Amino acid sequence: MTVSILHRVTGGALYFGTLLIAWWLLAAATSERQFDLANAVFGSWAGRCVLLGYTWALVHHMLGGIRHLIWDTGSGLEKTTASSMARLQIVAAIVLTLLVWIAGYAARGAF
Amino acid sequence: MVEFALPRNSRIVEGKTWPKPEGAKNLREYRIYRWSPDDDENPRVDTYFVDLDDCGPMVLDALLWIKNKVDPTLTLRRSCREGICGSCSMNIDGGNTLACTKGMDEISGPVRVYPLPHMPVVKDLVPDLTDFYAQHAAIEPWLKTVSPEPAKEWLQSHEDRQKLDGLYECILCACCSTACPSYWWNSERFLGPAVLLQAYRWLVDSRDEATGERLDNLEDPFRLYRCHTIMNCTQTCPKGLNPAKAIAETKKLLVERRV
Repeated sequence: MTVSILHRVTGGALYFGTLLIAWWLLAAATSERQFDLANAVFGSWAGRCVLLGYTWALVHHMLGGIRHLIWDTGSGLEKTTASSMARLQIVAAIVLTLLVWIAGYAARGAF
Repeated sequence: MVEFALPRNSRIVEGKTWPKPEGAKNLREYRIYRWSPDDDENPRVDTYFVDLDDCGPMVLDALLWIKNKVDPTLTLRRSCREGICGSCSMNIDGGNTLACTKGMDEISGPVRVYPLPHMPVVKDLVPDLTDFYAQHAAIEPWLKTVSPEPAKEWLQSHEDRQKLDGLYECILCACCSTACPSYWWNSERFLGPAVLLQAYRWLVDSRDEATGERLDNLEDPFRLYRCHTIMNCTQTCPKGLNPAKAIAETKKLLVERRV
């Protein structure tokens, strides 16, 4: 049930995250000043924390979607299998989020 | 709909602590939900102490010990005391299960006993299952055929009979349905895991000839598709059955008949 709740919560958070992306794109289409402002907000510590959370919500929700896709074929529904898949999803979401951020920083030449 | 708090007159208050049995050395604390329709009191949680040297090992044994020796007004359903009738389903130690097959040694600390969640209460541990039974009746849980009746039984191969394993064992105790958040929130329209498992039991019965009609009745955003695979049903089933799997297979049947 915990992962089911997390799936809903992250799904809700994605609406908010999509607004952030929309704002970023709108800023890019408006003017350099607006774009710099958006980048400054996203680049600040608080902004980065929000983006980290958004990345996690996206990855977690995507993995949940894959889990539901597997269930739709009729497999993975045994009691112990379902519980292991739930635990795996929590761990995998955190690991993948960190990998995305490491890859992001690496692409910016931070290392 | 979603309710995050109980109505004011349903909020649970601290109840009475009943005296410990005299001379007993091996005690177990029971905290039991009590509510009576005969007064205007709020529900309360009473505390009892059970003498384990004078009582059987199961939670049902303790409840009956309390009813017989401490408080005869404690109200509960029970019949077979061996997990086959489904009468004594209740919420024990936070999970829905049968009091007769739940051992006290499986629980640490005081044993907390409540009626099945999110159902109207008749009294104490007795929930009102009227709607639940009506939903079961709505899926027409009997053999439906159009072929001329055979002289003897409707025959079935061993393989076809095996398809009913894991389904026919359901005793309709309602532990799964009352553990399901979708059922809590939409119990008027969502059939719930127990009834959907029963529906699937008739869908896969090789002798039944109303499969199409049964699927038509289930193809509904609420009756079937309020299931979001939360898996509480399968986790809680005291008979070890898998309603979530039966529901997933039903959804598959609906997709397969379209393509």
